[in-house]
Amino acid sequence: MAARPRLAVWKFASCDGCQLSLLDCEDALLSVAGEVEIANFVEASSAVSPGPYDLSLVEGSVTTPDDARRIQEVRAQSRYLVTIGACATAGGIQALRNFGDVEEFRRTVYARPEYIATLATSTAIREHVPVDFELRGCPINKAQLLEVVAAFLHRRRPTVPTGSVCAECKRRGVVCVVVAQGTPCLGPVTQAGCGAICPAYRRGCYGCFGPHDSPNLPAWTRRLGELGLAPEAIVRVYRTFNAGAPAFRAAGDAAAREGA
Amino acid sequence: MPDVGSRWILARAEFPSLLGALARAGYRVVGPTVRDGAIVYGSIRSVADLPEGWSDRQEPGTYRLERREDRALFGFNVGPHSWKKYQFPPREQLFTLHRDGSSTFEVAPPPGDEPPTAYLGVRACEIAALRIQDRVFVGGAAIDAGYARRKSRRLVVAVQCGQAGGTCFCVSMGTGPAVRDGFDLSLTELIDAGRHEFLVEVGSPEGARVLEGVPLRPADASDVRAGEARVAHAASSMGRTMETEGIHDLLLANLESPAWEDVGRRCLACTNCTLACPTCFCHSTEEVPDLSAEHVERWRRWDSCFNLSFSELHAGSVRTTTSARYRQWLTHKLATWFDQFGSSGCVGCGRCITWCPVGIDLTAEVRAIRSAAARTRSGSGGSP
Repeated sequence: MAARPRLAVWKFASCDGCQLSLLDCEDALLSVAGEVEIANFVEASSAVSPGPYDLSLVEGSVTTPDDARRIQEVRAQSRYLVTIGACATAGGIQALRNFGDVEEFRRTVYARPEYIATLATSTAIREHVPVDFELRGCPINKAQLLEVVAAFLHRRRPTVPTGSVCAECKRRGVVCVVVAQGTPCLGPVTQAGCGAICPAYRRGCYGCFGPHDSPNLPAWTRRLGELGLAPEAIVRVYRTFNAGAPAFRAAGDAAAREGA
Repeated sequence: MPDVGSRWILARAEFPSLLGALARAGYRVVGPTVRDGAIVYGSIRSVADLPEGWSDRQEPGTYRLERREDRALFGFNVGPHSWKKYQFPPREQLFTLHRDGSSTFEVAPPPGDEPPTAYLGVRACEIAALRIQDRVFVGGAAIDAGYARRKSRRLVVAVQCGQAGGTCFCVSMGTGPAVRDGFDLSLTELIDAGRHEFLVEVGSPEGARVLEGVPLRPADASDVRAGEARVAHAASSMGRTMETEGIHDLLLANLESPAWEDVGRRCLACTNCTLACPTCFCHSTEEVPDLSAEHVERWRRWDSCFNLSFSELHAGSVRTTTSARYRQWLTHKLATWFDQFGSSGCVGCGRCITWCPVGIDLTAEVRAIRSAAARTRSGSGGSP
């Protein structure tokens, strides 16, 4: 029998929620374990086998000089590198530092700031090394994760739709919260994947999966204004888990200029 | 048994007996019900599930429920759902493949066990939409088995509109508000001071069979006139009009109109219009293998020409800009649909206008294309 493909899971600056999605696959995780050798997954097991690895799943963003060095090592040991989640794909919520003064944070927060070695920015893995596939979400959808793992096992492209959350609302029969309630929502500019969880509970979408493949942010910013959001509020809407995604960053910056 | 074409009066107090008769005839009933701030289609088990005393106010990009002063059961216009969700489900398993280690696949069909279903409250524009989707799925050389199965098990209980919504334009499209054919039973709600009854018209032998045992009295000429007056009121209060004169050639002769760029700047490419549309039928199929790839399911799901991936060929997407996708949708809906299926793809229900998050109104877009074309023509002889 041929050796099973070897899987590694890596953590950078993140909350571990996306790695937990893999553990949360439960029965399906047993199937994964049957098809691949889980060679390096410290969240699940302290038994770590050295590389190289066939597939590396990378969670988290690059926020320290050590991260920036370590991601190069991960890339060098990995045949395929897939980022999982908003941190690895867009810098995560911690990319809010990109809009602030990290030096000031360090002086204010830490008793011994000289102990802290950190970068001025939180950046996506893609900005440091080539990435074979980016799986969106805060957190990722575990069905999509299994699809990505299966696709890489069988050398095919993953089936991960890149259109809007609105399509998920409409397929579920969820009543549009913008049209029927006037609730601000990022669904029309956000990529599908969550299954439209928030609108199904009559909340606006928070944009956890980042911008979809053709977002019209200027038009949506105008509409958010008509729905009653002031420019400062629109800035906050765009600057959350995917604040560093280029389309949301540009829209947030434009709203910030508008409010200034 | 009542004759096809005969007309009867059903008292409001006897409406539960109609629901009972549908159940006795073996139908599950689906129809309008209030949920999450809108009138959607869902299971109807009793009159209490219907939107009694509710209406709606609709504008481009806005929908609000409102209380009526009376207790009408059908005193509203079409909402975010359409009957296509029953005929052409948002996700449908087409078949499964099993290999189990051998070199050949075993193909298993889906269960196909949908129950006979009565659609209660189908408006004239929606009957037109059902007819259009019937043409698409079962009216050509290729028959969609699942759609055909569900069509054979559907019973259409129509309701004639007594009012029009702010985004309605069925009169322009010639699809309503009068219900003329394509139904098993047709209801017209007659409600005013001291009266709350339904004019019932029998449209098919199956409709007649269902009515057996329902307490009815024959409708007289004044009842029929009262029904016609309701429909005439709806016809005279359309929220929108669509200028359809020469629309096929107009759109196809103006594929480079500046109006497409203009709407492309407003459109979100979010797909709401196409998924709310009762005739849009675009879909994608996807294989869902398990990790071993010994067991594969093929699913079909609603897709949209507004998605970048929808026109993806081997070298990338054919329609990379939003304006190109809007043009594809509108020219298909209002022009090339005639060439392909022999009718317009638009029934004038207004859903794409109401449920567009930025309120893009296709009747206004057609006007913009028409006036840009007129300016070009008049501009060729001098300054505008």
